[in-house]
This record gives sequence, C-alpha cells and structure tokens, in this order.
Amino acid sequence: MPQLELIDLRANYGDLAVLERISFSVNKGEIISLIGPSGSGKSTLLRVLVGLLAPAGGCIKLDGEEIDYRNKASLRAVRSRIAIVFQQFNLFQNMDVLANVTIAPVKVKGQPPADAEAYARHLLDRVGLGHKLHAYPDQLSGGQQQRVAIARALALKPEIVLLDEVTSALDPELVNEVLDVVRLLAADGMTIFFVSHEMAFVREVSSKVIFMADGKVVESGTPAQIFDSPQQARTREFVGKILRH
Amino acid sequence: MLQQIIDDAPKFFGYFNLLFLLQALAATFLLSLVGCVLGFAFGFLLAIARRTTGWRLAPLRGLVIVFTEAFRRIPFLVTLMLVFFAFQALKLETSVFTVALCSVCLIATAFIAEIVRAGLKSVHHNQWDAAAAMNFTYLETLRYVVVPQAWKVMLPPAFSFFVLFIKDTALASQIGVIELTFAGKVLANKGFPAALTFGTILVLYFLLSWPLARFGQWMEVKLAPARTH
Repeated sequence: MPQLELIDLRANYGDLAVLERISFSVNKGEIISLIGPSGSGKSTLLRVLVGLLAPAGGCIKLDGEEIDYRNKASLRAVRSRIAIVFQQFNLFQNMDVLANVTIAPVKVKGQPPADAEAYARHLLDRVGLGHKLHAYPDQLSGGQQQRVAIARALALKPEIVLLDEVTSALDPELVNEVLDVVRLLAADGMTIFFVSHEMAFVREVSSKVIFMADGKVVESGTPAQIFDSPQQARTREFVGKILRH
Repeated sequence: MLQQIIDDAPKFFGYFNLLFLLQALAATFLLSLVGCVLGFAFGFLLAIARRTTGWRLAPLRGLVIVFTEAFRRIPFLVTLMLVFFAFQALKLETSVFTVALCSVCLIATAFIAEIVRAGLKSVHHNQWDAAAAMNFTYLETLRYVVVPQAWKVMLPPAFSFFVLFIKDTALASQIGVIELTFAGKVLANKGFPAALTFGTILVLYFLLSWPLARFGQWMEVKLAPARTH
C-alpha cells in the first residue's frame, strides 16, 4: 500500500483553479521532486497536503485512510505526521533557535521540556547549528535559518517532510549547506516532497520526478526518464530551457 | 498677580479645598484607570474575536466591527449622553459616576480594539502558516507567536491613546461628575485666582499622565526589546 495517495485532487484560490485532477502515489522513503515553471501549482500542492489550503475536490489518502481536511481532529492528525519547511523559513521571530525548535513539541505535543530540548540539541547539532542555540532568527544567515527551520520540522518526528523551495530565498553560496541537510534526511529514509529549481540536485536524490504545469501533472517518472527522454512537449521545452544554462 | 497668588495660597490649600481636589483627582484617576485597564482587556478580546475565521462566528465579527466603528466615530460627549439616557430609559438608578465609568470603558474598548487589530495584522502571515502547520490552535498561535511580536506595534499608540484619554475624562464633568477640570472651575468660581487654580489642576493632570507614560516606556522595554545585532 502506498504511504500517500492523491486521487483527482483539485484546489482553487477563489475562482482560480490552481490544481486540477492531480493523481499519483508515494511509497514510504521515496523522494518525490516536483518541478515546473513558476505558478504551476507545486507549492500549492504542498500547502494542500499540510492543510493550509482546503482541497476543492478529490481526495488524499494517508496509509490508505482518506484525510478529511474540514475535520479538525483529522487535520491535527495529518499535521502531526506531515511537516512542512517554507521557502521563507518562517521561523518565529520572537524566539531564539532553541525555542523555535522546542516550542511545538512542548506546547502542542506536551513533551517534557528537558526531553524536547535534548532532542532539539541533537537535531541542531546534525544540521550544524549546535553553537547557535541562543541566536535569534534575524541574527542568522538565510542558510542557517533554513537549517533551523528543517530542525524545527523534524522535532515533531514527522513521517513525511515537505520542502517548499527551501533554497530559493538563499544566496548561491548558502544553497549547498541546506542541500547537505536534505541529503541527510534522504539517507535516513524519510519520505520527502521536494519542490525545487535545483535540477542537478533533483536528479541526484529523487526517486521520482513530477513535472507540473498550469496546475496539472504533465509527466512523471524517474529522474532519467524526465531529464533524458521526456515524452511530453511541455516537459521537453522546460527541461531544455533549464539544461541550456 | 503673583502677589495675589501668594496671598491666596494658604486659603486655597485649606483642608476642605484639598479634600475636594483629592476627591476630584480620585475621580479622574479612577475613570482613567478603569477605562485603560478594562478598555485594554475588552479591546484585546474584540480584536481577537474579529480575527477569527469560520462562518459560525460571523455574527460575532459583525457585531465587533459595528461596535468599534461606531464608538470610534461618536464624540465622547455624545457617548456620555447616550449611556446616561440609556440608563434612564432602563429605569436603572445609577450615579453619574457609574455612567461615566461605562462610557469611558466603551470608548477605550473601541479604540484599543483597533490598535490591537493593527498590531496583530502587523505580524507577517507566514508566522501564522508556520504555527498552523505545527498544530498550534488559534489561541496558542496568538499567545506564543503573534502577540509577543505585536507588542512593539501596539504599545506606543496604546499609551499615547491612554495619555489623551486621561484628558478626555474631563468631559465627564458635563453630566455632573466632579473630576479635576470640574473642580478647577468650581474653585475658580469661588474667587480663587485662575492661575493658581488651573495651575494646580495642571500639576495634578501631569502627576497622572507622567507615570503612565513612564510605565508605557517600561512595558516597551520589557515586552518589545530591541535586539542589537
């Protein structure tokens, strides 16, 4: 049974259809990369998965069970299993690094503060920020903030992590430090959704690449299939443009 | 004039005048304090109610909007009269002081609700998204994430409103509440020099509003510290 299954998923912003009949499934431990031009619905898809935008139709099944995004209990259950990391980091500006990582485990999940802090220190060590525990977000570089954001998402011990253009807001020299952290997650066997324009990296880590345009899945397949022998004209055009520079 | 003030001062600061001034000061102080404290509490609640989502609470949001928009536009004096006649119409026996208390609460609530609303709005929406994605409830998001970041936007206008507000309580004299301004008029009418009378009133107003402004500055340092990089 696939871990996550999307069936005819649709979503709208007001009257505008932003996702149309999205269907695919994901197995545990897979790394699914979503690529495509801006406005193709990649980030929106992640927002729908984590319940920040209610789907307008179709359904999403987690371990075979349909998620009811209009039901608070169901939504809470989903959010305890799927974590999201945002393009703009979205760290809590009023808290230092350690507090950012421990607040949800302590206040939302009710973990003992000492346990949450020990785990947070472990995670922050892993992303290379064990020495910045008491820095505030505005005192960190973008790359450091994004690594804190990843640690914060992992602190909730999710089964699936959604990475929404996690390197797009970073200066070029900071991109690799974040990608290294994503490699660590991949090596752990975490299921990952990876929305990105870092094509070389997508090719390296993905188990499946999904090319989206205008809110639809145009083509999906292994990295080799999508990048070397795309079947659809839209995909060929997009991949051609990307590979030219 | 100076000679006259010096001559009249001992009589002016006699026991009964002092008692009278003290009572007036207490009235102004109470109106301001109750207005600020309850106004802040209720204003906060209204702002929080206004930011809720979901159709079930839509009527509540409607009421909040009507209330804040109305009471920020009605002159204080008119509010006083409205409350005064509302109590009469309901045949409730109340003192004019109670009427004034209710009025200051209504007005402060409406203004503070708007200040808090602006403060909450100033916090970037991505903070709400992050909190929601981590299963924070609406109130948890406010408490841990949004309100701590909103203080620095809310406190300065809130305290400048409070300082204005202390002076506005003078209007309560129009329905017969003996507060500082009214007391000044009474003493001036008794024949004390205006400079002496209103000079004293000025000092008393200052004694009320200066600590309040200091308190505001202290709160800003405490709740919205500026970090050095």
